[in-house]
Amino acid sequence: MTVHYMQGRYADGAVPVAWVTSGFPVEILRPLGFHAVYPENHAALCGVQRLVPALSEAAEAEGYSRDLCSYARTDLGSVITGRTPAGRLPRPDLLACCTNICQTVLYWYRALAERFQVPLVVVDTPYVYGAAKPHHLTYVKAQLEELVRVAERISHRRADPEALVEVTRKAKAGADLWGECLAQGRHRPAPWTAIDGFFHMAPIVSLRGSDACNAYYRLLRDELADRVRRGIGGVRDERHRLLWDNLPIWFATRELSTLFAERGFNFVCTSYTNAWAEAGSGIDPADPLGSAATVYTHVLLNQDLPNRLAVLRRLARDYGVDGAVLHSDRSCKPYSIGQVDLRARLAAELGIRVLLLEADHSDPRAYASEPGENRLAAFMEGFA
Amino acid sequence: MSAAVAIGVDVGSTTCKVVAIGNDGRILARVVEPIDPRIDPQVERLVEAVRGAGAEVPIGATGYGRKRVKGARAVTEITCHARGAFACTGRAGVLIDMGGQDTKVIRLGAAGEVLDFAMNDKCAAGTGRFLEVILGRLRVSFADVAGLVARAARPVAVSSTCTVFAESEVISLVAAGEPCEGIVRGLHHALALRVAALARGTASFDGEVFMSGGVALNPAMVSALQEALGRPVCVVPEPQLVGALGAALAVVRRSPPASRDAPSRPHSPSPDAACRTAVSDPE
Repeated sequence: MTVHYMQGRYADGAVPVAWVTSGFPVEILRPLGFHAVYPENHAALCGVQRLVPALSEAAEAEGYSRDLCSYARTDLGSVITGRTPAGRLPRPDLLACCTNICQTVLYWYRALAERFQVPLVVVDTPYVYGAAKPHHLTYVKAQLEELVRVAERISHRRADPEALVEVTRKAKAGADLWGECLAQGRHRPAPWTAIDGFFHMAPIVSLRGSDACNAYYRLLRDELADRVRRGIGGVRDERHRLLWDNLPIWFATRELSTLFAERGFNFVCTSYTNAWAEAGSGIDPADPLGSAATVYTHVLLNQDLPNRLAVLRRLARDYGVDGAVLHSDRSCKPYSIGQVDLRARLAAELGIRVLLLEADHSDPRAYASEPGENRLAAFMEGFA
Repeated sequence: MSAAVAIGVDVGSTTCKVVAIGNDGRILARVVEPIDPRIDPQVERLVEAVRGAGAEVPIGATGYGRKRVKGARAVTEITCHARGAFACTGRAGVLIDMGGQDTKVIRLGAAGEVLDFAMNDKCAAGTGRFLEVILGRLRVSFADVAGLVARAARPVAVSSTCTVFAESEVISLVAAGEPCEGIVRGLHHALALRVAALARGTASFDGEVFMSGGVALNPAMVSALQEALGRPVCVVPEPQLVGALGAALAVVRRSPPASRDAPSRPHSPSPDAACRTAVSDPE
């Protein structure tokens, strides 16, 4: 990731640069030589380094509401001030967003397009109730074909179908490898924690379809498998196994992981990290655009609540958890809506303890740490 | 008097409560004081006061200042209120604890275990502090609240759920000539609705409803809550001490048997019942 950000500093002018959302079919851009910047990943980096209040305030001073996603505010604040922990982000030649994660990205990227005066490609994915209808997928695929034409024009290159197949193959292999890493968490004790997973997911989000991504996950998988063989747990004396739903609380990862680990609690799976393993593995190198239309339309956040419940239920059973923390993320409404019902259903159907924790993925101003930790401590006392 | 076997300290946001309990789980000594910003010497003094000449006993601490209590085992208010209330009632149900800074809804199982809980988040609008701030603005003393609410012909609608904005709203209502008693009743009504929504948000809201915390000493609030929930609310004896009692019970090596009837309870407005329902109903 360091190399990726270092390359980014000198990318503009040398190679075409695209700023893309986390759920964007980046596989289509890579064969055309694009360097992909992920503002969400960058905002998470800012979140961990606690830079979000300062960057957000810059965006808020320009009129962006504090109720807007903190990733969007962080990104806009970074663009306005030029401040970034990455040294420098390359200027985009293309903005590419996909509405499969939220509608906020549409307005966020429009604001970026106006500021940078560069083309914006929007891939609109109809919300899925049950399963997507064939005409939904035809509609999405047509947009991907249009994306290829726009990307060709900007990169001054012709799309090479073989290169696209190759990148798609790598992306699928990467998602499968990431899935293998996550699956190590099914062992007792789990060889790592989901909080480790939040950090290790960066390559599958930002470097998907590259050799570097796959090499990283082969190494990680082998290391985790080795820990399993040697019985080394992610936390000392794992007593209880938990599921985490929604994005992490980036600025409080250390406090929270310590709080849980001290009491022998380990987060062994999360719906968030799982999403990249599950969706990506459906990509088919034999039909890059068609399978991308299907996969990117069916990402977790673009599916209805029964599907979300089914995913959580399956994770809870596969990983043998005895509790779950549902992070009600002030910044991510599509992920947080329905959690009150999900909580009730998980508790009733699986007989596990479930806590709803109100926080924000990167803005510490929207998280009251004392009441939050108090709540988590009370939740853990309930297991005794 | 039997010897104390444990001491419970509840360092809350408004008051500090300390109790000493005997082998049967009953409260032997109690003390309640407004919280001092210098927590350490205050807690030390109050612990000495309840311990008297007795021997060293384990100390359980709860409340937001629990980590400041030296030599004590820190336990969260959720667990302590559950243990304290169950020790008094011995029954499963839903416990609503309204304290100074937060309101908790705790679902208790048949053995007194915490099945589920919910709390207000980042906002003191549904708490004792809300009432304290607004009553202070209206210059209404705590002792006069119940009478005032009973006299109100109708509640005046207070729409804001934020303590700060509600305060300015109340000032506007006073300026508009609304009667003080109607405003106070409206405040209770608004607060009760908020707490009722929190209670209904827990995984399963059924069974008996109990109430603890300092706000339970206000009969007008208990009535308003009954009205908002549409079911009786039983106030646990000495509601303000329930957290401290639970903290003491949490550190006793083997929990004493559930005591359905607490000993003398100077803080309870209704000393003759183990668990009382609202005593006044403005309707």
